[in-house]
Amino acid sequence: MNIEIEELAKEFGQTRALYPVSLSMPSGALVALLGPSGSGKTTLLRILGGLEFPTSGRVLFSGEDATGLSVQERRAGFVFQSYALFKHMTVFENIAYGLRARKRRERPTEAEIGRRVNKLLDLIQLPDIGPRYTSQLSGGQRQRVALARALAIEPRILLLDEPFGALDAKVRKELRQGLREIHDRTGLTTVFVTHDQEEAMELADLVVVMSMGRIEQVGKPAEIRAKPASDFVRDFTAA
Amino acid sequence: MSEIAYTRAVPVTSEPPLVRYLAIGVALVFVALFLFAPLVTVFAEALKQGWLASIDTLRLPDAQAAIRMTLTIAAIAVPINAAFGIAAAWAITKFDFPAKSFVMTLIDLPFSVSPVVAGLMLVLLFGANSTLGGWLIANDMPIVFAFPGIVLATLFVTFPFVAREIIPVMIEQGRAEEEAALTLGASGWRIFFIVTLPNIRWALLYGILLCNARAMGEFGAVAVVSGKIRGQTATMPTMVEMFYNEYLSVAAFTLAAVLAMLALLTLLLKSLLEWRHADVLAATRRH
Ligand SMILES: Nc1ncnc2c1ncn2[C@@H]1O[C@H](COP(=O)(O)OP(=O)(O)OP(=O)(O)O)[C@@H](O)[C@H]1O
Ligand SMILES: [Mg+2]
Repeated sequence: MNIEIEELAKEFGQTRALYPVSLSMPSGALVALLGPSGSGKTTLLRILGGLEFPTSGRVLFSGEDATGLSVQERRAGFVFQSYALFKHMTVFENIAYGLRARKRRERPTEAEIGRRVNKLLDLIQLPDIGPRYTSQLSGGQRQRVALARALAIEPRILLLDEPFGALDAKVRKELRQGLREIHDRTGLTTVFVTHDQEEAMELADLVVVMSMGRIEQVGKPAEIRAKPASDFVRDFTAA
Repeated sequence: MSEIAYTRAVPVTSEPPLVRYLAIGVALVFVALFLFAPLVTVFAEALKQGWLASIDTLRLPDAQAAIRMTLTIAAIAVPINAAFGIAAAWAITKFDFPAKSFVMTLIDLPFSVSPVVAGLMLVLLFGANSTLGGWLIANDMPIVFAFPGIVLATLFVTFPFVAREIIPVMIEQGRAEEEAALTLGASGWRIFFIVTLPNIRWALLYGILLCNARAMGEFGAVAVVSGKIRGQTATMPTMVEMFYNEYLSVAAFTLAAVLAMLALLTLLLKSLLEWRHADVLAATRRH
């Protein structure tokens, strides 16, 4: 599903988090929102997910206006920066949550839920951790569980806020590869936030460089490297 | 030399033994002197003339009416204040609105106002001398010196307990888990019952226990509002006082002991729950 953003702006009281920005993300792309702290990446991602509403502008999913859609109606899988796993539930229950929350008519049977959760646990390569509580997991495992939980609802798009932010360099590299593989297997249009230029350049098909609430440049990693649109982009993407 | 460093059995955060024993000793003496001794005295006084005498005093109609009254009041006040407390905490922590800090102060009001004053406020508001009170009495719905007044006084005095316990927990939890549930398609009610409530359940339980203890033990506000009519509006604490003033010491202390046992029972209940759910507690606290 392709995502279109038209003149999207967001203000929090007096603070301008986003100046009117426009952007188009092709279906199935892995997109990085790259920028320094406070540049509006999280704000843009949350607007896409329906957790925040823009002050002006529109969001289009496959050409249809999705600006007014509620979070539930958007069906956007969201992976939070701190993962926001449900502490009082096991890994299995966490992943099953979205399926069990469905209306009775659309809810799969418990057997089917079990089958799907196990499939997701296989996908994130942690087949045996279903019965554990999330506090008994490492940071990297939590991140993957959060990803599986977001995928369980069969989302239309996948949104990740600094998915590797809290992890050490080695785990980051591994999980980066993992995300790429999962993205390629699901074919979902995926947007992730990062302030690590190396991560963005290595992983993404399309990089959106942001600064102070504005989009500085949009392009393939190679294009941005070869032709930075501004001094800011050149400095920020210099390895 | 290095062996010493490796074989240290005591955690690094520990103090020298003398300081440790002194601190533990002071704490124990304090607990024994100010908490345990009075409790023992109450039970000793109650049983001064033997079990049978004590149990006989519990057969007194006034004592039985007081016990019934107190249990009824708690059964009404605690659920209402639990619901209000959750609603207030929810509103304060999950939404931004202009009068927020004012509302926070208001929640604490019953703590800062003397219970006697709280009782007097209700008498002034609903008593026979006020327009509202006069009308209520004329229409056969008396509040002061009657059951509704005691409920109102108890509700007022015990209001902050639940809200106060859960507000800090809710603030600490933030909105992330609820937002996650939203993105997973959960409805508002489902989020409340399956995410919010389990996250605050221990604070909530503790708040409810404190609220219950105070609801059963409240004296000042209830004494003023109830008029302490024997067999009708007397609660256990006010009945204890009346027995005591009439030199019915066994009756007074037996009723006091029952009150203390009700309090101990709630504490026992809490420990039992904590013990039964120790694994979940441990799992959810590390983070
Ligand atoms: N709920 C809010 N209320 C007020 N201001 C906010 C809110 N959320 C974000 N902002 C402001 O909007 C601007 C952009 O914030 P945003 O969180 O989108 O940045 P970011 O690019 O994600 O930064 P970081 O890399 O530090 O996470 C910041 O100036 C921030 O202070
Ligand atoms: Mg951010």
